Amino acid sequence: MAQNGTRTGKGKQPVLVVLQLSGGNDFMNTVVPYGDPLYYDFRKTVGVSEDEALHIDSRIGFHPAMAEIKSLYDEGNVAVIQGIGYPAPDRSHFRSMDIWHTAQPGEFSSEGWLGRVIRELDPNKQNVVTGVSFGAGLPRAMYLTGTPAISVTELESYGLLTSLSGTSQRRALSAFTRMYTPEEFDEGAMVMQHIGQIGMDAMAGVDMLKAAPANYSSTIEYASDPLAQSLRGIAQIHLAGLGTRVFYAQHGGYDVHGGQVQIQAKLWGEVSRAVDDFFADLRQHDAAEEVVMMVFSEFGRRVRDNGNGTDHGSGGGAFLIGDRVNGGLYGEYPSLEPTEQVSGDLRFNNDFRSMYSTVLDDWFNIQPDPIVNGHFEKFDGILAPLNS
Amino acid sequence: MVDEDRRLIAHLLRRAGFGAGPSAIDAAAAVGYRATVDDLLDTERHERPHEDLLERFHSEHCDEESPRWVALKWVYRMINSDRPLEEKTALMWHGVFATGWAKVTNGQMMAEQYEMLRDFGLGDYRVLLKKLSRNPAMIYWLDQQMNHADAVNENYGRELLELFSMGRGNYTEEDVRSCARAFSGWTMTHVLPRYPTGYWPAEFVYRGDDHDDGEKSFLGETGNFNGDDVIDIIVRQPATGRFVAREIYQFFVADEIDDDAVEQIADSYFASGYEMREILRFVFNSDFFKAALFKRVKSPIEFIVGTVRLTGQHRNAHQFGLDRLAKLSGMMGQELLNPPTVEGWHTGREWIDSAFLVERLNFATEKLSDADAPGIIEIARRISDGRSSITRDGLLDLCTGEFVHLDLDVATRRVIADELSSPEIIQCGGDELVAALTEILALIGTSKEYQLA
Repeated sequence: MAQNGTRTGKGKQPVLVVLQLSGGNDFMNTVVPYGDPLYYDFRKTVGVSEDEALHIDSRIGFHPAMAEIKSLYDEGNVAVIQGIGYPAPDRSHFRSMDIWHTAQPGEFSSEGWLGRVIRELDPNKQNVVTGVSFGAGLPRAMYLTGTPAISVTELESYGLLTSLSGTSQRRALSAFTRMYTPEEFDEGAMVMQHIGQIGMDAMAGVDMLKAAPANYSSTIEYASDPLAQSLRGIAQIHLAGLGTRVFYAQHGGYDVHGGQVQIQAKLWGEVSRAVDDFFADLRQHDAAEEVVMMVFSEFGRRVRDNGNGTDHGSGGGAFLIGDRVNGGLYGEYPSLEPTEQVSGDLRFNNDFRSMYSTVLDDWFNIQPDPIVNGHFEKFDGILAPLNS
Repeated sequence: MVDEDRRLIAHLLRRAGFGAGPSAIDAAAAVGYRATVDDLLDTERHERPHEDLLERFHSEHCDEESPRWVALKWVYRMINSDRPLEEKTALMWHGVFATGWAKVTNGQMMAEQYEMLRDFGLGDYRVLLKKLSRNPAMIYWLDQQMNHADAVNENYGRELLELFSMGRGNYTEEDVRSCARAFSGWTMTHVLPRYPTGYWPAEFVYRGDDHDDGEKSFLGETGNFNGDDVIDIIVRQPATGRFVAREIYQFFVADEIDDDAVEQIADSYFASGYEMREILRFVFNSDFFKAALFKRVKSPIEFIVGTVRLTGQHRNAHQFGLDRLAKLSGMMGQELLNPPTVEGWHTGREWIDSAFLVERLNFATEKLSDADAPGIIEIARRISDGRSSITRDGLLDLCTGEFVHLDLDVATRRVIADELSSPEIIQCGGDELVAALTEILALIGTSKEYQLA
């Protein structure tokens, strides 16, 4: 095993992009079991018809807004992980998202699983942009005290003390560096320690990230929605070769208790196009094979619709996308038989920590067990390691 | 000791309001701490700010479809209201009953909810929950209009228990179901399409024929409960007292929970009959509050409004840029009227991450280095009053002690003193003082300590 999970080979290092769908994506309408008559019994008002579904096989198909993802699937670059979840499902957005972020269903924790990954990949904190998140705030998944991770809202305007200029900016930046340099550890000043650490990270990160958009050119025209812009920013940073290994992006609005038909079509249309543009952009620059994208949501939704939408459920699905992904269906589609449901929800048959473990071991080449807090069976052959 | 009094009063005005300039602290110090607490709580004594000119000078933002207009007005009120506690408490409840425009998509409905929190946030918590359960923005946000007698939608029932009153672990799934059933038939009028009528807010409607009137078992009691009955039961629970106490403690006192203080606040919750005014009177006069200086990380909007109140800007309706202040709060992680989830914002040290800190520092240094800011000119005038010159060190101490009110770490103070370019003796009454002052203030705004309230 190479040190710290890095591979040397051709010089390319594996990169993970995590895309979080916030609000609880309805897996049953994302990968639609149109061949099962029970589906239409339960989804009388928000069901996707057999004609609309983009057929994967004679039983299931993608939501009609996912045309680009369907094409990526047909090219063999999308793995659908069916029936993903965890024991004793929690139907609170907050708690369930925490469980996915911390990989600790049994207890409350503020340590993110990707924070632990970043610590493994860069134990000596040599690169403050090893982890970069796009969107409003650092997700708990990337949060680990003492481990730097950058959060960017908008790449083009990123900078520090930009309201000052000339000598006064230089003096203020010098003062800033001195004020935020960590002092001796003081138990009573944890907050100050935290602010100091974040300040130093921000300063270093700013210097590196500022350069990325300037050196970027592409023929891909991303859409203007925030997700597309986040993925464009991720492409810019990846192509700048700054050594970022873990990226995070978020897309919200999946809590479709009502108005599901319209909302889901809009959201998946945005995801499908943005993901396709992102990989096309990377391929154009010969920088796609080292990138795997993981798409997840905190839970699925109830099997039976509520007349206009679906309520919080459990047992959803996830996706791994990329050139090095062996596309196809993984796991079993959970049965819709009432006797097989768990209080009105899909019964999960794959623990999300199995997916995490697969990515950790087969992609990053780092020991999964300490990161996911236990031993979970991997999915065999889902990822072809880089340079193999 | 006079300095200690001013220090405590500045602390009170930061927590019960959005901070205060030197003359407001003078006025409060003259009547004393306890009388200032009473004055802050006795909101009726003061008028709300006049806003006639706002629409005229910010007409480009008067789009009632958008939450930006509501956010702009709210920011204006935070900066200018003579009832700061009213706005501050509304902000606390907004974080608890977190409702997002992203789903509601009707600025008027969002405005109504915020104004309801402002009107009732300092009163009886039981009344507040009853108002909340009838609030159209909340009804729509948590799909309560789809909660029918024969098709229960659990969303509101669950979040009322989990996030608005008791907290997880204090009720069963059956209680959630019963709570949702009790609110069946609590709905709203249809929101009219935008054309041709334009945007209109919806109104609460109770439909008895869509209410599940059957027997329900809820938190150990049994009856044909309706929504109001459920709220009457909820507010009596010890868990609810602790929940409200924790929210108050973390919003007004300190980020790190102190169980003993929370217990005392919960006692006050029950002793006062759920009256927020009385609970807050107890909190502000308590020893634990007076010992909690700089124990909170400022939230983005507190950071922005506090800075602007110090620089004396936006004290009238015709200064542009109110919209930008609201937008910046979003860039720092707190978009007013659009929290990320029903769970609200993650507060305390989670306000500080790399992107947000960059925004905060850029904003603070921009405002505090503005030599034309009325608040900075006022500070210069006060310093020049009775002085012809001042030492650079003396000016730094005056800034942190009298004007910004910070506990600067010794090391931080040394760095700031080192980096100053102004002469060691500064002439008062002119540009030299203003230049030295803005240089000091900008460096203070860059410090770690400035992130705390």
